[in-house]
Amino acid sequence: MKLTKDQVKKVAKLANLPLSEAEEEESAEQLSKILDYIDQLEKVDTRGVEPTYNVTGNENVMREDEIGESLSAEDALKNASKTKDGFFVTKGVFESE
Amino acid sequence: MSDITSLTLTQTIAALDEKKFSEEELNNAYLERIKKLDPKLNAFLEINEKSNKIPAAIKSLISTRGLKTSSASKIIENYNPPFNATVIGRLLDKGVSVIGKTNQDEFAMGSSGENSAFGSTKNPWDLIKVPGGSSSGSVAAVAADLAVFALGTDTGGSIRQPASLCGVVGFKPSYGRVSRYGAISMASSLDQIGPIGKSVEDVRLILEWIQGPDGFDSNCQPSSHLRGATRVAADAHLGGGLNGVKVGVPKEYFAVPAGRQGEGLDSGVEKVVKDAIKEMEELGAEIVEISLPNTQYAVAVYYIIMASEVSSNLARFDGIRFGGDRSLFGAEPKRRIMLGTFALSTGYYDDYYNKAAKVRTLIKKDFEKAFEKCDVIVGPVSPTVAWKLGEKISDPLTMYLSDVYTIPASLAGIPGLSVPAGFSEGMPVGVQILGKYMDEETILNVGEVLEKALDIKEKPKL
Repeated sequence: MKLTKDQVKKVAKLANLPLSEAEEEESAEQLSKILDYIDQLEKVDTRGVEPTYNVTGNENVMREDEIGESLSAEDALKNASKTKDGFFVTKGVFESE
Repeated sequence: MSDITSLTLTQTIAALDEKKFSEEELNNAYLERIKKLDPKLNAFLEINEKSNKIPAAIKSLISTRGLKTSSASKIIENYNPPFNATVIGRLLDKGVSVIGKTNQDEFAMGSSGENSAFGSTKNPWDLIKVPGGSSSGSVAAVAADLAVFALGTDTGGSIRQPASLCGVVGFKPSYGRVSRYGAISMASSLDQIGPIGKSVEDVRLILEWIQGPDGFDSNCQPSSHLRGATRVAADAHLGGGLNGVKVGVPKEYFAVPAGRQGEGLDSGVEKVVKDAIKEMEELGAEIVEISLPNTQYAVAVYYIIMASEVSSNLARFDGIRFGGDRSLFGAEPKRRIMLGTFALSTGYYDDYYNKAAKVRTLIKKDFEKAFEKCDVIVGPVSPTVAWKLGEKISDPLTMYLSDVYTIPASLAGIPGLSVPAGFSEGMPVGVQILGKYMDEETILNVGEVLEKALDIKEKPKL
């Protein structure tokens, strides 16, 4: 399948990935080539076959809701680029772009 | 002792017990060798001068408290984890120390080591060639005797393939045997941490140290660990030979287009692997032809499932809690995030992600059926020996196809061992031994017998 530059732009936005003009063009070309290869899966008859998302078959593994050891606030914040009053600083969510 | 650094892990432990040298002398010997050789190899991203126990090299992406864990990426170039991965805590408890963090393909995405943001690692056997990837630095460090052993991660072959290309033992345990807590996730339904060592005996010991549930990886459950990896049963069972062992050889692995037209198995590699199979037969094994008919679809399935999981896992790098801006990702992570986001997007999810998950079931069933006829499956690890740096870097698809023999086991979650088996064009060739889910014991036993019989002693000249 061929990906157009517009599709690449849309996917990059979904992925929150800033791409340069050159990267968009390269992406369209390389992803199209990879998807062409992947399209061979169309030939495989998968009627009645269940998908495998996890080989262990585990689903919703639960544990007791108990308080255990955790990182101190200081440790948790030490790799952040911006902090204030013991919190992470993020961009505003409700501000328009 | 002048050859401290050539000892295996079990030999090192014995020598320390017998007080042939001290832990200080051991670390000095390795640190000296690193200083001398690593400028040529670029296997390490961080060196820990304070290492004072049995020195191990750890893949960058495995969290080490106080040692930078960049995953060879600019986006978390200075990330310093506030905690140790479970496997690190367990190694420290066993008297191991981290002598350095190793180079790798960025976020474990690559088959050559060239996708590191900090320059490629070189193959110790020939410095103009790739070491393989993504655990490039870990494998090169062990091959060049810059560490007693190493840890890597294997998502589609990232321990086994470089181990084959650099002539060391590499082991991917069954999915769920080792907790991934503290390893930076790439593709969560495939990722496994595993050992890289100088002998099969070593990787067995390391696996015993690091395996088992910790309550932080819900796919690593106590119920999966009913079978151990210990050798007790082995010696009694095998008695040094392979009598009674059924070795399956997949006919598809030796057919010409293993991946696609013109991408078949190199004849020099084929000869080494076939000779190893002949050796196994002479050791008493029964060779059985088996069929894994969906092998040809494995790379396509893998690239959809892996990329989809990558796009989700790498969403955490938002520059808020750690790291910088998302434009700092290298070309390969960007490519896989894009591919995965596309495969999961509205309108394409069923055609790509779900279709791939169904074909994955067929690949898994191929193995289940094959293992009704045999105890282990033997074949190549990589279709070629190590290639020249730069040779495949501009063609992502050709690079992806170099993992054609390692990917199927990853999709099925079964364990796989790469054991050095010989040389082609002067470069090392490994043979791959695959086992039933959670039956690491059998493949380690078989690997140990084969290793002993082949008795390969060559080391890279550095």
